[in-house]
Amino acid sequence: MIIHAIFFYLFAGVTVASAVMVISARNPVHSVLFLILAFVNAAGLFVLLGAEFLAMILIVVYVGAVAVLFLFVVMMLDVDFTELRRGFLNYLPIGALIGAVLLAELLILVGGWAIAPPTAHPAAPIAANVSNTEALGLVLYTRYVYFFEAAGVILLIAMIGAIVMTLQHKPQVRRQNIAAQIARRRASAIELVKVKPGQGVS
Amino acid sequence: MIIGLGHYLAVAAIVFTLGIFGIFLNRKNVIIILMSIELILLAVNIDLVAFSSFLGDIVGQVYALIVLTVAAAESAIGLAILVAYFRNRGSIAVEDIDLLKG
Repeated sequence: MIIHAIFFYLFAGVTVASAVMVISARNPVHSVLFLILAFVNAAGLFVLLGAEFLAMILIVVYVGAVAVLFLFVVMMLDVDFTELRRGFLNYLPIGALIGAVLLAELLILVGGWAIAPPTAHPAAPIAANVSNTEALGLVLYTRYVYFFEAAGVILLIAMIGAIVMTLQHKPQVRRQNIAAQIARRRASAIELVKVKPGQGVS
Repeated sequence: MIIGLGHYLAVAAIVFTLGIFGIFLNRKNVIIILMSIELILLAVNIDLVAFSSFLGDIVGQVYALIVLTVAAAESAIGLAILVAYFRNRGSIAVEDIDLLKG
């Protein structure tokens, strides 16, 4: 149990510290790298909670895909980030005020709220004697299959939307027009010219 | 040294607040704002998984999976909008994005 506590405080502390660095780092590339650190440590918290599948998904999806996407965009855009940081401290008082109020409210809520013991009726109790991945699959593909399909549709729409928004056709670039190639017939491609002897083709 | 539900909820509350704070602090930089939104969604996921684990109910993890999906789709669309906007205007400063004011 003491090991559990040590790892909880390690993961929680690094998560919070890297979240602070995400919003305060001078360089956006460092922000992305600290975001990756925050997600890896949150995955550690998930492992402590017994949700190994979600922990691995968090690492694969966020560290493997989303953070790399952020890194690509930050490095691809030629933006003067020091100019964007000007007036950074102007927003500190109002932000600190709202943040403090929100944090106080949330901590009062967490501290003063008694959660009913888990003897209540869970919607889908965690199946005993199976791994976390199997328990998740047992409900995800049966009771919640429509949610699963909806998640797939959302990802498809996001993929199509991202491609449509960023695809650009430059007018000066010549591209292959397959329909025009296939529709080409002998009559439009070949012209027979009668050449009289000794005169050549003009 | 028993780590209970309240500890995880406190961590999630702190990360959520840092996300909100980041939106206010980086008012000019859209990329940091998108990262702050990712932090907020991560805090929500920590909450969902903690409740799922301590109440013995797997539905919280199913819901966290859906939230993860939507967060990934949101960041992809957001960054695509950002790239398209940067191509058109050459800037991503938030105060320049006011075309719809008329």
